[in-house]
Formats: sequence, structure tokens, C-alpha cells
Amino acid sequence: MNLTRRRVPEFGVMLNSVAMWTLATLWALPLLYAIWTAFHPAAYETRFVITAPLTLDNFVKAWNAAPFARYFLNTFMLVTMILASQFILCTLAAFAFARFRFPGRSILFSLVLLQLLVMPDILIVENYKTIRALGLVDTIVAIGLPYIASGFGIFLLRQTFMSIPRELDDAARIEGCSFIGLLWRVYIPLARPTYLAYGLVSVSHHWNNFLWPLIITNSVETRPVTVGLSVFSAVDAGIEWSVINAATLMTSGPLLLGFLLFQRQFVQSFMRAGIR
Amino acid sequence: MTCFGKRFAMAAAAATVITIGTASSALAVELEFYFPVAVGGAAADTIEALTEQYMAENPEVEIDAVYAGSYQETVTKALTAARGGKPPQLSVILSVDMFTLIDEDVIMPFDDLVETDEDQAWLESFYPAFMENSQTGGKTYGIPFQRSTPVLYWNKDAFAEAGLDPETPPATWEEMIEMGKKLVVKDDQGNVQRWGVRIPSSGFPYWLFQGLTTQNDVILANSDGNETSFDDPKVIESLQYLVDLSQKHEVMAPGIIEWGATPKAFFEGQTAMMWTSTGNLTNVRDNAPFDFGVGMLPANVRRGAPTGGGNFFIFNDADDEQKAAAFDFVQWITEPEQSATWTIATGYVAPRPDTWETTTMQAYTSDFPAALVARDQLEHAVAELSTHENQRVTTLFNDALAAAITGTKSPADALAEAQQKADAILEDYR
Amino acid sequence: MHRREWVYGWLFLTPALVFLFAFTHYPAFNTILGSFFSTPRGRKPAEFIGLENYRDLVADEVFWKVLTNNFWFALGTIPISVALALLMALWVNGRLRGTTLSRVAFFAPTVLPLIAVANIWLFFYTPGFGLIDQLRSGIFGLPAINLLGNPDTVLGAVIVVAIWKEAGFFMIFYLAALQSIPPVLREAAEIEGASSFYYLRRVLFPLLMPTTLFVSINAVINSFRLVDHIFVMTDGGPDNASSLLLFYIYEVAFKYWQTGYAATLTVVMLVLLSILAIGQFFLFDRKVHYQ
Repeated sequence: MNLTRRRVPEFGVMLNSVAMWTLATLWALPLLYAIWTAFHPAAYETRFVITAPLTLDNFVKAWNAAPFARYFLNTFMLVTMILASQFILCTLAAFAFARFRFPGRSILFSLVLLQLLVMPDILIVENYKTIRALGLVDTIVAIGLPYIASGFGIFLLRQTFMSIPRELDDAARIEGCSFIGLLWRVYIPLARPTYLAYGLVSVSHHWNNFLWPLIITNSVETRPVTVGLSVFSAVDAGIEWSVINAATLMTSGPLLLGFLLFQRQFVQSFMRAGIR
Repeated sequence: MTCFGKRFAMAAAAATVITIGTASSALAVELEFYFPVAVGGAAADTIEALTEQYMAENPEVEIDAVYAGSYQETVTKALTAARGGKPPQLSVILSVDMFTLIDEDVIMPFDDLVETDEDQAWLESFYPAFMENSQTGGKTYGIPFQRSTPVLYWNKDAFAEAGLDPETPPATWEEMIEMGKKLVVKDDQGNVQRWGVRIPSSGFPYWLFQGLTTQNDVILANSDGNETSFDDPKVIESLQYLVDLSQKHEVMAPGIIEWGATPKAFFEGQTAMMWTSTGNLTNVRDNAPFDFGVGMLPANVRRGAPTGGGNFFIFNDADDEQKAAAFDFVQWITEPEQSATWTIATGYVAPRPDTWETTTMQAYTSDFPAALVARDQLEHAVAELSTHENQRVTTLFNDALAAAITGTKSPADALAEAQQKADAILEDYR
Repeated sequence: MHRREWVYGWLFLTPALVFLFAFTHYPAFNTILGSFFSTPRGRKPAEFIGLENYRDLVADEVFWKVLTNNFWFALGTIPISVALALLMALWVNGRLRGTTLSRVAFFAPTVLPLIAVANIWLFFYTPGFGLIDQLRSGIFGLPAINLLGNPDTVLGAVIVVAIWKEAGFFMIFYLAALQSIPPVLREAAEIEGASSFYYLRRVLFPLLMPTTLFVSINAVINSFRLVDHIFVMTDGGPDNASSLLLFYIYEVAFKYWQTGYAATLTVVMLVLLSILAIGQFFLFDRKVHYQ
């Protein structure tokens, strides 16, 4: 009885390990391929010879094809702006939904949830008209405006806020805290994991967003990095995989690095955000 | 006047001049210019360099050259901007979108800006083949800028291996099949390693297909853009030829063939011949690890090819000063010297005969005669398929071609359906 | 107190509501309204045409094809990516070796922009010298296969890319949920002699229901949203075999400029999304155990 008990888990462990490694390798293949082609000349895009010469030419070419330095700055500013605005707006709104009672609360919450379904991506022409009416075409602000009231963010934060015990509220109120003070001192610190988790989702989404920025921006001073990448999608001359992959690595490098360094924190924050 | 006084006077005068100078640049005419790039990143640099050069020579004009993406993205962007009330003044857009731009009422004919005899002469100085997609109702709406035709590239080494004369490409449809068969190379298991010919069909198969139909002496749409002849027996014949290349003669890979991978497939020796744009010339020259030839597409009843590429369009929601400045810019950039710079940097066909006479071009073509093939093919070239509601009609035509190529429908059925649908759309425009 | 709460509630809510209305509800409403009008052309303004757009929709065979495609796409991506996400999370959470690297590998697709990654997949699928074919001919001696150029296989190929993109993202949610399950439960199960399967089915799975619900709703939304790769890989072809609803909406709105019809299609998509999302919510709600 004991013997069989011990053998089965070992076999199971091996099977699971092999299966996991296989799937992980398959999953990593595109990234590995991108790394291979980015560092080798174009002739080796399809030949996987270990002795192939390494080169940084592709990165040079990719860097020169578009003003990536400026694009990076724009993307960074865009993502930061969106995140900051989302935090503020969504915190206020989530707090309202979680703690206040007011008429129309459920209806408004469903309207908020609606935003999860009605993505700004579909409403592009209408949104362009609105931005134009505001005179904000071709600004970084304009790229972010349709996204800063995020249904997902409000939903997440509301969940978290609702799980904070009311006793803390009362304690703070007794001390004479205003609602804002309550938010600032009690709720926000306790919801830190949620902010981190949501931040990851938001940054990732907006770093990679393409079509709306393409339509709403015109100049180098406002374009994000994904639009810069589109220079390589031109098809007439054939796809230059080595250059486009060098560009891909350049543009997603920061995010990938961020994840590598902060994985543990991210996972923990999701866990504590209580998304179950 | 004392020394001081004189200097003061001079300084004052200088200050005044500078102020007037800056004031006049504050009054400069501002133009927004959208351009697409379809041949790799360096083309964008060339456009920007040319724009800078123009501004240096014309300080009262400021041009903001905006890279707008691919052809599709550029026309989307321009039309979105127009609908939002803030269109560019000037844009390079696919020539075949002309009818759409007219229907949306966003562009103006160049004839309205012609004032002098010189202007008129300039308007008439382009190759007629390129003007076919640029004129309608007796007026000129587009000025050719980055135009091309497809050409046949062949692998000379592969030809020699197969026992064919490496300097002679196929000149007729039959020859393409015969030579193709000799060029096919299979491995021990009978899997094809190298195909004879490769005619890409992903995305926009209609373009290269138009080569076949022109060679079979049939035109797909009329010049008013309101009637198509998709189900003409000669068109069906052409489609049957294309389908037979893979299904019957087995000289071409089956199914839809990817455009983007075509040059690479050629370099890797996966195909001995390929049909693709002359815009790929520089790319092939730089990267082909073998001797290659460039020739006109083979003939059937006659030689033929579609033209392709983008024209300049001037938008009508601009003030007179802007229109005049845009007109001047277009005239300048199509002058032989600038046109030569553009052609050499990209591989597009210079759209005016006199550009080919410049010393720059002469030197370039004597060094690289392949560049002349597309130009010489112009005499056999016809307008690219263009109708009202162009995108819709072209897309349903593409779908029909794809259905036939993948064997889902027979050529006759697919084309008959396409003609029906096109008629339903174009009725309103007759 | 009640009155004050009122005021505060509305006050706190206002900034978010303003933006929501401006960029979600108002344009959505305009779109629904627009679906009852014809497309404006040049100087001709839009005219009220009632249900005519909807009649065109029913008669449009491309629409039905696209809808069917989206249905298969949803069927292909949702269950598989959710199941894979759970599997990945279970693996990565366990005591196997190489979990850190695996976790990075699984999550990496999330941070790569789809528009660039689509090119990599295009290479993989390219017949002849693409990676898949190289493996097929190198290892198995099989002939070249054109997965993207064949209407029977293209949708499957596109589904694979979508699963690859989203499974790792869902994994993180499952991982978090797994790590918050008290190990006591596992120990108790072992003591009682329960097999791993039993534990999985009767204990873990129900406890993970809230996460599954959350992840599934996301997967549903993604099955409508993930169309970027289609632009690069197949352009909807061959003959609309890989076209999805959102992609078709883009074509109709931005290639054909039929804004009236595009609004109609958008309305259909919104209705579908609402039904699916709300339906899922109710379906799962009964099964969810909240702690």
C-alpha cells in the first residue's frame, strides 16, 4: 500500500514536469524566434544554424526607421497619464458605489459595467468627433481620454472596498476624518494590491494599443511606440522579419523586463486583490 | 550720424528685418501632407528629406509631412479627418480610391488650379498609362507619384540548373507552364522543394490577376467606374489559367499564397520565378543570393499589366493660398530631379518620360537595367481596377478570386456571383 | 446623514460618469441611433430609413459567415484558454522544477504587442520555410502545408494565436486564487486518502468558481475583441474564412465607409456581448461559492 502510494506521485510528477516544460517551450517559441532573428542577419531568418554570426544591425536599422526615442517617451507619458487618471477617477467612483447610498446606485453601476462590453475600440468614429469638438486632436491626452473612466477598474476597486470592514470606517470617522481623509488613510493603502494588479492590466493594454492612437495622432511628438512599429508592417517589399523582431523586442523590452523583475509582487497583488 | 548712431540704426534696421522676417514666417502657409509608406522604412526618410528641401527653397510654406501608415491606413485616416472636419490639404493615396474620394466630396481637380500654359504642359507630361486612374469626367484629380507595375523576376541559376537559357524568361502563357514544369524540383519523398512560379494571392489578388486579364485582352471595369465585366468569358479563362497553374500543371503552390513572404521564398529558392511589384527591385537586388533577371509579364493575346501605386490628391477644404502652395509643391516634387531621387530610393517607376532622360537616371539605369523593365512595360499597361465604392467592389472580387483559387467555387460560378454583387452596388452610379 | 451621503455619492461619482458618458454611452447611443439612418455620402446627408439596415443585414451572406466564424472562434478560444490557464496555474504553483521560467514563458505573450507578434506567427505558418513546415518536413518528411491559405484550416490557425495570447494572462488570476487557498484543505484531503483528481474536482474546482467566472467573462469579451492579428495574418481571407465580427465592422466602417450599416453591425455585436456576458454571469452565479 505504501509502495504504490510513493511510486504514483513520482511518475505523476515526472509526467507533469515534462508536460509543463513542453508547453512552456511551445509558448516561448515566438519570443525565442524573435530573439533569434533580432540578433542575426536576415539570411538566417529561416535557417537555425548555431554558428550564425551575431549582429546588432537590425536594432540599428529598426531604431533608425522611426524616432523610437521620442515614441518611447510618448508611450511612457501616455501610460502614466492614463494610469494616474484611472486611479483617481475609479477610486472615487468605486468608493461611492461601495460606501454611499444614493438613488440610482444600481442603475449607474450597471451603466458602468456596460463599459466592459462597449469598448472604445468600436466607437472610434464617434469618439474622433468628440475629440475634435474639444480641439484635442493629435495630443497625448486625446489618446487616453476614452479610456480613463474604466469600468473594469471601478468594478475591481469596488470589490476590494466592499471587503474592507466597516469598523475601520467608524474608527476613522470618530477621529474626525472626512471622507477624503478616510479614503486616503484607510481604503487606498488597504487596496494597494488591487492597484498594482489593475496597473499591470492597464499598462499592458495601453502600451500595446494600436488603432486608436494611429487615427487620433499625426505627429512624432504624440505617437506611441506601436504606431512606430507599423512602419514595418508595410507589405509591398516583403516582410523583414529580422528588423521587425528587433523593433518588437525594443518596444516590449521594458514591459517584459518589468514583469521579470516584479513577477512575485504582481502575482501576490492579484491574490490579495481578492479576484476570486 | 555718430558711429554709435550708425550702428544703432543698423541694429534697428536688422531688428526690423528680423521681426518682419519672423512675422512673415508666422504668416507662412501651413500644409498638412499625409503620405503612406509601402516599401520599407527608408522611403519615409526620403519624403521627409524632400519636404525639407522644398521648405528651404520656399520659406513661406510650411509642410508638415505626416506618415500615415499603409495605403489602407492613409485613406482611412484622411477620410476620418475629413469627416471630423479637419482634413489634410494634400495626401498621397492609392490611385484607385479616386472615385471614393470624389463621392465623399473631399478632393478637387487639378485643372482648377492650372493657370499658365506651363502648368497645362506639366499636367499633360505624365505617362498615359498612369493617368488612366487619375482622370474622370474629363478632369484630372490625381497626379502620379509612387506608381508601379508588376514584373516577372526569375532565378537565373535555377534556370541554368533546369537546362533553360538563363537570359530568356517565358514570353507567353504556354512558355510559363512549360518552363515552370522543368523548374519544379522535388525531394526523395516527392514533396516539392522548388516551385516553378509564384503569383501571390493573399490580401489583394486582383492586382496580379489583372495582369492575366490584360494579357488575355479583357478590361475589368469601364473608365466611368460604374460597370464591371467580371463574368466575361475571357476573365473566366484567365482565372482558369491561374487555378490550373497549381491544380492542373502543378507549377505553383496550391492555396492562397502570401505576398509578404514572396521575396523571401524567392531568395530561399522556394520558387524559380515570381510576379511582384517593381517596387521590390531594390530589395531583390540587395538580398538575392543568386543572379536574377527582371522581365515583362508573359503575354497571351498581348502583353499586359495593371498599374499600381499612389497619386497626389489635393483636398478641397483648404483656403486658396494653401491650394496654391500645395499645387506648387506637387509640381516641384514631380520635377525630373526630385522624381529621380525618389525613384532611385524606392524602386517606383518615375511617372514622367523626362525624368528618365536626366543624367542621374541614365547613370542609374545603365548600372541597373532592370529598372527599365517596368517603364517599358507601360506601353502595355492599363488602369488598375477602380470603381465607385471601390473598396467594396474590389473586396468582393478578391473574395471570388480567393474562392476559385482555394477550389471552394469554380471560376465561372465565383465570377458570376461577383458580377451580380458588383452590379447591385454600381447600379446607383449609372 | 442620508442626504449627505447622497450628495457625496454623486459628487464622487461625477468625474468618472462624465467621461463614461462622453466616451462610452453617448457614442454608443449615437451608434444605435445611427443604425436607423442611411450612410451620408458627400453632400447627401443621412436619412432615416427605419429597419432597412437591419433587413440588409439579414440578407448579407458575409455577415452570416462572419457570425458563424465568431461562434467557432469563441467556442475554440474560451474553453481551451480557460482550461489551459488553470492547468498552467496548477503546474506553476506546484513543486515542479523550472516553474519560474515556465511562468515567464506563459505570461510573455501578454506583454508583446499583437501587431508585432502576428508577424512572427505569420512566419511560423508560412508554407515551405516557415517553422511549422520546417519541423514537418525535417522531422516527419511531410509535404508543405498552407494553413493560412486554406479556408478549412485558417480559422483554427487564428484561434491558436488567440489562445496563445490570452491563456497566460488568465493564468495569473488562477495563480493568485490558488495561492490564497489554505493548504489545510490539501492536507486534509491527503489524510482522508483522496486522490489528486478527487481533490481537483470536488474541492479546488468549486473554490475556483469565482475566478473561473471572472476569467470566462474576460474570455468572452476577448473572443470579440482579439482581431489585431487578422489584419496582419490573413486580412479576413481567404474569402472571409477568417473574418470576425469586429474585423468586419472595421471593414464596413473604415474601408467601405458605410457608417449606417457599420452602426447596425455594432448594435448586433453589443446585443450578443450583453447576452453572453450576462448569461454567463447568471449561469455561474448559482455555482459560485464565495468565501
